[in-house]
Amino acid sequence: MSIRQQTDAFDQAPSTEGCRVPYRVFTDRQYYDREQENIFKGNCWSFVGLEAEVPQAGDFKSTFVGETPVILTRDSDGSLHVVVNRCAHRGALVCREMRGNRASLECVYHQWAYDLKGNLIGVPFRRGLKGQGGMPGDFDMSQHNLRQLRTETVGGLVFASFSETVESCRDFLGPIVVEQIERIMCKPITVLGDQRQRIRGNWKLYAENTRDPYHASLLHLFHNTFGLYRSTQTGEALMDANKRHSLLYSIAASNDDAADKQAYGDSRTFDTEFKLQDMSLLKGRQEFADNVTLVILAVYPNLVLQQIQNTLAVRQTVTYGPDEFELVWTHFGYQDDDAEMQAIRLKQANLIGPAGLISMEDGEAVEIVQDAIVGEASATSYIAMGGGRAEDADHLVTEGAIIGFWDNYREMVGFDLEPA
Amino acid sequence: MMGLPTLEEMQLQHAAAQVNALHAELIDDDRLEEWPDLFEENCRYSVISAENHNRSLNLAAVFCDSRGMLVDRIVSLRRANIFPAHSYRHILGPTRVKSTSGQIVTTQTNYVVLMTRNDGQTSIYNSGKYVDEIDVSGAAPRFLSKTAIFDTHLIDTMMVRPI
Repeated sequence: MSIRQQTDAFDQAPSTEGCRVPYRVFTDRQYYDREQENIFKGNCWSFVGLEAEVPQAGDFKSTFVGETPVILTRDSDGSLHVVVNRCAHRGALVCREMRGNRASLECVYHQWAYDLKGNLIGVPFRRGLKGQGGMPGDFDMSQHNLRQLRTETVGGLVFASFSETVESCRDFLGPIVVEQIERIMCKPITVLGDQRQRIRGNWKLYAENTRDPYHASLLHLFHNTFGLYRSTQTGEALMDANKRHSLLYSIAASNDDAADKQAYGDSRTFDTEFKLQDMSLLKGRQEFADNVTLVILAVYPNLVLQQIQNTLAVRQTVTYGPDEFELVWTHFGYQDDDAEMQAIRLKQANLIGPAGLISMEDGEAVEIVQDAIVGEASATSYIAMGGGRAEDADHLVTEGAIIGFWDNYREMVGFDLEPA
Repeated sequence: MMGLPTLEEMQLQHAAAQVNALHAELIDDDRLEEWPDLFEENCRYSVISAENHNRSLNLAAVFCDSRGMLVDRIVSLRRANIFPAHSYRHILGPTRVKSTSGQIVTTQTNYVVLMTRNDGQTSIYNSGKYVDEIDVSGAAPRFLSKTAIFDTHLIDTMMVRPI
């Protein structure tokens, strides 16, 4: 039976199962503001970068936690620090470059200087000039540091938290996520480059997208036609104990083209007539002993760690507002990649990122939802594929991990904020 | 004191500017199926951010190392990919010949690509420079390599048409 026939035969009676998410959470500024406080500045760990982006003492990188500008630094003793990029004096950006190397951080406005941990170490004219001016006698430098976030690393991924009470990062991630991070970050990496895309939609639509194995073969023709990912593949959709995070993985070697053709029927994305002139794009290497060829590890709230064929990347979400976010892709390989492997990764990068033959389509998927729900105060989505509960699945015909995300969101933000 | 260009220099500059103008025209007028013909069979076409290029990182948004891959990009756009409806308008700066080596001319050309989406609004989508190697030995000049190095490292939603 083809997918369409199955859909037609589905019982259309209202179901008590399933998850309904009010569309206002994607459009109403109140929810956005509450997310900044309760999620990004709340009891969560946000991804801020790779250790490999700041390998040397003095290296820094400007980035964001939610919408808040932060700086990731590596101190002279090798330790990593994340501080809010805002001078303790009058609030100016202390670091105005995307990345670089410095012995200390100095605000250009009045030259207040901070060490790489964010401690205030210099205030010009602190004792005045010629006996005039100067800071008050009880001015205590140690009370005017940059806001310092808790900073922890797991497998070379750097996370930061505003919360003093949240559990350790490892515990926040849980064993499944830690295991998957360590699987990909199994040896020293080398950064291949960044890609940035601005998507005109709410960041949570992308959180749904990356927890959604249902769409991947129906939206993305490359996945389905070339068997990179199909819902018929051997794979699983798993969550951590708190169901915040989602692991989708699949094994392309489990493809059965004839049976899969049956399953997908006349689906647009299973197109046996579609051929490539240059198949070198899809020539890769089996580089993991477990034969897994696709991993989408969606880590609450702002990270995806991915392996698609031989492409390895982290995707970081930076929020701009209720209807706009940036996705920062940092591609990497391993330091011991030979020349051929380096070439494979650079060529397969054509599959992902804003120009990716697969990934470009997720931007459009987000935007067509955002465009359709404008101004909607009460209507909801309906999420029920796979049973309509936040449950793990040993198959890829499920939306369970999306519901896990919303269960956590309901707890941290809520679906029913009072109108301002 | 700079002398006046020789006739040959003017011809090379003219040929390079013409093939760049045609490149833009084919893309902007949606004659994408003709676009790969402007390239040699063994060509390189790369669209890479200055953010990466300036750090000597090779990761490109689009990287093709054969004319077949260019054809595949166009066939994918027509048959496979899902993206918002849009068109481009290229505005090209003067093409300058940087060097010549035999029948290969290396040139640089500034560009701006304006994008118009379905809502009718036009925005500056991508600005940058082309660094090209153009083979002028044949009946028509062809790109041996074309590298679009773009300043606009925040890409608006997606990139599916060639730059």
